[in-house]
Amino acid sequence: MRHVLAALVENKPGTLARILNLFRRRGFNIESAAVGETDDPGISRLTIVVNGDNNVVEQVIKQLNKLIEVIKISNLSQDRMVGRELAMIKVAVDKESLSEIIGLSEIFRTKIIDVSTRSLIIEITGDEDKVNAFVDIMRRFGIKEMARTGLVALARGQKATEIERED
Amino acid sequence: MSKNKKVKGTKIIVDSLKDEKVEYIFGIPGGSIIPLYDEYYDSDIKHILMRHEQAAAHAADGYARATGKTGVCTTTSGPGATNLVTGIATAYMDSVPLVALTGQVETISIGNDAFQEADITGITLSITKHNYLVKDVDELQRIIKEAFYIASTGRPGPVLIDLPKDVQTGETEYDPNITVNLRGYKPTYKGHPVQIKKAADMILNAERAIIIAGGGVTISGANKELINLSELLNIPVATTIMGKGTFPEDHPLSLGILGMHGTTYANYSVSDSDLILAIGTRFSDRVTGDASRFAPDAKIIHIDIDPAEIGKNVRVDLPIVGDSKNILNSLLSILKTKISNENKGRYKKWIEKVSTWKMEHPLHFNEKTDTLKPQYVIKRLYEITKGNAIIVTEVGQHQMWTAQYYLCKNPRQFISSGGLGTMGYGFPASIGVKIALPNSLVFDVAGDGSFQMNCQELATAVQNNIDVKVAIINNGYLGMVRQWQELFYNRRYSNTRLGYLPDFVKFAESYNAKGIRVTKKSEVDDAIQEAIRYDGPVLIDFRVEEEENVFPMVPAGKTLTNIIEVDKR
Repeated sequence: MRHVLAALVENKPGTLARILNLFRRRGFNIESAAVGETDDPGISRLTIVVNGDNNVVEQVIKQLNKLIEVIKISNLSQDRMVGRELAMIKVAVDKESLSEIIGLSEIFRTKIIDVSTRSLIIEITGDEDKVNAFVDIMRRFGIKEMARTGLVALARGQKATEIERED
Repeated sequence: MSKNKKVKGTKIIVDSLKDEKVEYIFGIPGGSIIPLYDEYYDSDIKHILMRHEQAAAHAADGYARATGKTGVCTTTSGPGATNLVTGIATAYMDSVPLVALTGQVETISIGNDAFQEADITGITLSITKHNYLVKDVDELQRIIKEAFYIASTGRPGPVLIDLPKDVQTGETEYDPNITVNLRGYKPTYKGHPVQIKKAADMILNAERAIIIAGGGVTISGANKELINLSELLNIPVATTIMGKGTFPEDHPLSLGILGMHGTTYANYSVSDSDLILAIGTRFSDRVTGDASRFAPDAKIIHIDIDPAEIGKNVRVDLPIVGDSKNILNSLLSILKTKISNENKGRYKKWIEKVSTWKMEHPLHFNEKTDTLKPQYVIKRLYEITKGNAIIVTEVGQHQMWTAQYYLCKNPRQFISSGGLGTMGYGFPASIGVKIALPNSLVFDVAGDGSFQMNCQELATAVQNNIDVKVAIINNGYLGMVRQWQELFYNRRYSNTRLGYLPDFVKFAESYNAKGIRVTKKSEVDDAIQEAIRYDGPVLIDFRVEEEENVFPMVPAGKTLTNIIEVDKR
């Protein structure tokens, strides 16, 4: 089963290496990992998508929690979160395909961010299914290269992955 | 705030070590750590010069295991640091508090493959609880404070601090009021009261309960509580190798050790139990055998300070995360209020069954033969020292015979590399143990193979008059591997015959230590007594029967009831 984990970690050199090393060392598989600063510049937020049964994911969370730099970690349940991914796709174009690609891009509400005579770069944001669907369609025209960010996610509603303040 | 005088990084280090009440450091100097050694030169912290960095880590580890205090070792960069790796991994697997200080090339050279540069923080990522590369002298004091805090609290473990030469010589202010604040590290000490209540109910409703005590009981200092709990309801106790001594092994409720070379009755009892109270143990494969078929009828209560150990290797019905001593105290007070005449004797029938197994399947070796059996040596060592020596071991057959035949009464009495199984651990560790406990009799029980992996430390022992006794159980083989080859590889002894051995008596004498050779059963007692009487390090070369095996044995991957009990040859 697929699990989306959100971790607040110290924004320090070496933190990411430590986390990735743990996945390697314990044989856990990462589907994607995305990291960026939070509103507090001392803290980064890491969104990790892992595949595994509940026992494996429980171990992943517990082992991550043992790292000194990992401050907080939550397992975002699939039905109570919003997840987004950004992809940039460089698609081959010619005179015949251009209007069709632009039309499809509009349907998916993407942005065309670079245009040349023989290719376009299309930016798409959405949940994974949407991105995958668009990528599949673009394959027909010839994808020259593609970059995906991996999933970032937040829990819906009031619930948040935050640091408990001590009194 | 008043401005303090600026001092050198090395002064910060030594003053911080004093703040942590460090009395001994084990190490070897080298190019990148000369500034720190220059500071040691004037310090009253005692530095023991070892002959190999691996041994420095093991000595610091032995010191830590003997006392519960954090052991400290120092080495230079590059090869000095990489030589620590086995020692650090040994401490990591057995949850030993250790702080390793390593020299490093100047910060400006890091990453350039400078002379004696090794990425030791990268190398030790998987074998330390945490590690630091100090890049700024202003961070030095905080990092040392954090390192000792992390090493010694929660589930203890090794922490490495890599010290570039320019950080050692850099200057900063010393802050006498520094505190630790780690938002990502908050160990849980108190067990959840609801879980503890449930545990009490399970104990009062089971019929065949057993306690498995591991190394966590030693670390927590929960041995008295363990005895009280066992005696309150007459629950038998088996320990792991790491838990050996947490429950007195001459106690009627003791089942000795369980697992691969554990007693038959411990393994039968665990396998037949309907409730296991596992305290401070991680259910290693050497303890459980086939984990999927471990104790099939038992509900398992697992007490451990490390939540990641719960459910890692075996299914757990009731987890309690926290410090063993705290939890056992709460559990005892609940049990005392709930105990009644009718449930007090609830394990009577069970104890009878366990006692029958104990009578029918005792530990056994051929005592009648005239040949010198290794088990006989250990048994006499136990009897002559009245079970009061601190026993350190190397790794292999001799380690298992010692675990079986040297009964321990106290925690921290049996010091051995349980998790990593490091040959060469025992002798340098025994040096650290003897330094920590100068008034105790310290015996390193060694194999001829293991001893040779760190025998150079005899120089350290003689130079500092560290009075350790080494009993080499010399069978001319890498015995445990030979045993597996005999049993599972059709006696194809590939590279286990050592073939050439030094004359251990002359070896001892060449270092100005005492050497004694024993070839006959009749010489055993005199040799042990002579070693005890002699003031200084002694090697006894016990030439034992070469192809003796360790039994009972549960072959790797088999269930605990699948026991080879006696030699079929």
